[in-house]
Amino acid sequence: MTETRTLRVIDPDVIGGTEDEPHLIGSVCARCGTVTFPRQSSCPRCTSEDVQPRELATRGELWSWTIQCFPPKAPPYLPGGVEEFKPYGVGYIELPGEVRVEARLTESDPERLRIGMPMALTLIPVPGAPDKLTFAFEPVAEEEE
Amino acid sequence: MSGGDDVAVVGVGIHAFGRHDGVTGLEMGAIAARRALADAGITWQDVDFAAGGSDAAGNADTSVSILGLTGVPFVNVKNGCATGGTALTTAHAMLVSGAAEVALVVGFDKHPRGAFNPLPEDWGIGSWYGETGLMLTTQFFALKIQRYMAEYRISDSTLAKVAAKAFANGARNENAWRRHELSEEDILGARMVNHPLTQYMFCSPGEGAVALVLARGSRIRELPRVPVYLRSVAFRTRRFGSFEVFSPSIPIESAPSATTEAAAVAFEEAGIGPGDVDVAQVQDTESGAEVMHLAETGLCEHGEQESLIQSGGTQLDGRLPVNTDGGCLACGEPIGASGLRQVREVVLQLRGEAGERQVPKQCRVGFTQVYGAPGVSACTVLTV
Repeated sequence: MTETRTLRVIDPDVIGGTEDEPHLIGSVCARCGTVTFPRQSSCPRCTSEDVQPRELATRGELWSWTIQCFPPKAPPYLPGGVEEFKPYGVGYIELPGEVRVEARLTESDPERLRIGMPMALTLIPVPGAPDKLTFAFEPVAEEEE
Repeated sequence: MSGGDDVAVVGVGIHAFGRHDGVTGLEMGAIAARRALADAGITWQDVDFAAGGSDAAGNADTSVSILGLTGVPFVNVKNGCATGGTALTTAHAMLVSGAAEVALVVGFDKHPRGAFNPLPEDWGIGSWYGETGLMLTTQFFALKIQRYMAEYRISDSTLAKVAAKAFANGARNENAWRRHELSEEDILGARMVNHPLTQYMFCSPGEGAVALVLARGSRIRELPRVPVYLRSVAFRTRRFGSFEVFSPSIPIESAPSATTEAAAVAFEEAGIGPGDVDVAQVQDTESGAEVMHLAETGLCEHGEQESLIQSGGTQLDGRLPVNTDGGCLACGEPIGASGLRQVREVVLQLRGEAGERQVPKQCRVGFTQVYGAPGVSACTVLTV
């Protein structure tokens, strides 16, 4: 296969890499080392404007979670997302030494989510716009750790 | 005990919270203002400074065309959930400085039914955030309390008890919106909104208005009501590291919340400690917020809430009665009015005029804390 695949992501300033190996794009402050997501042009901690883009870690631990049990309003959700709504998980994933990132979770069963469980970055179709991809985190099977 | 620089609340007025079809937010504000003026025994012409606002129901100073065009300097405030607190801070500063003798503060709002639907672009976030399904305030509250419950061993039962108390107090408040008592079982068994928070653990956007009349120095003693001294009012915004609504990421390094800082300043300026508080009103956007704010304000230790609430310590007859008028859970949340509702409730409790919901013990010190998006908090200490 020599076909080049264009990354069909929801926002190329937020998600980089390839569809098979995506990463989130954050930034790191050259002065104090603070990592932010998404990219910022200045540092919220020390106010420095010397910040650089950074490819964030793709694995981390679940720091907190909830299940979104009712459909969000459109806008800002897409009307198609409201139509196809099913409850979904949302959490913060702590990327070690970097930052805690908020994301959808591929798991929506509260019995199968626990704080501290290992999670990995993945891409899922944007609800209501299946030709585009957004990011999510999925539980990592214990043997894969 | 009043000195020349003292500031006191000398009149309070409210327009009932809830749903009021056919009445605008501005009209509710004017009604609350007239009631506060009548309570203070003065007229609108006696007011030499006014401040007020709403989040979504118009410019407060438009109400002068209802109350009368007296030329009074009127500052419009629009500052999210701290709108009332900011108006109060401004009036307090004008009185303390001597720039005014009698001030009116008014807050009102009228929100459409259902959850708010803010747009990410208005909050400096890309549209991807909303389209992915992350732009919901209820998610933030759930994620924050879920983590807190794990760290400090707070139970689902405690969340339910916070809501059950709110509705029990609301049933005793003729100006509350939700006036039916609900059991802990009703609350835990209700529709899940965002784990671990069920339908009855959340407040709803609503309508209502509150006004306060404040006076300074010798003017306080010329007025008929028992003065309730505003010993301090402090207002803070978030620092780097605090966990706030609509955060695509949060730093691993944590910082004290805006509430923690505002409360500490309010107590310090008042020269009164959290342990001296007899009655408190804290922001209860949902049950978990009341739990966390009790500790963030210093009214108890982190983790102590479980035993405090389970033992009934925050009920009307408890050691530390909290949200005695039913809070946001029973009164609903008209954003511009909520912070002033808390102050009005403390004034009534300290005057001994809270009727069916009067705290039985002698109350001399009251405290209020309002908190909201995008990470703002205002706290007051009041005494008789």
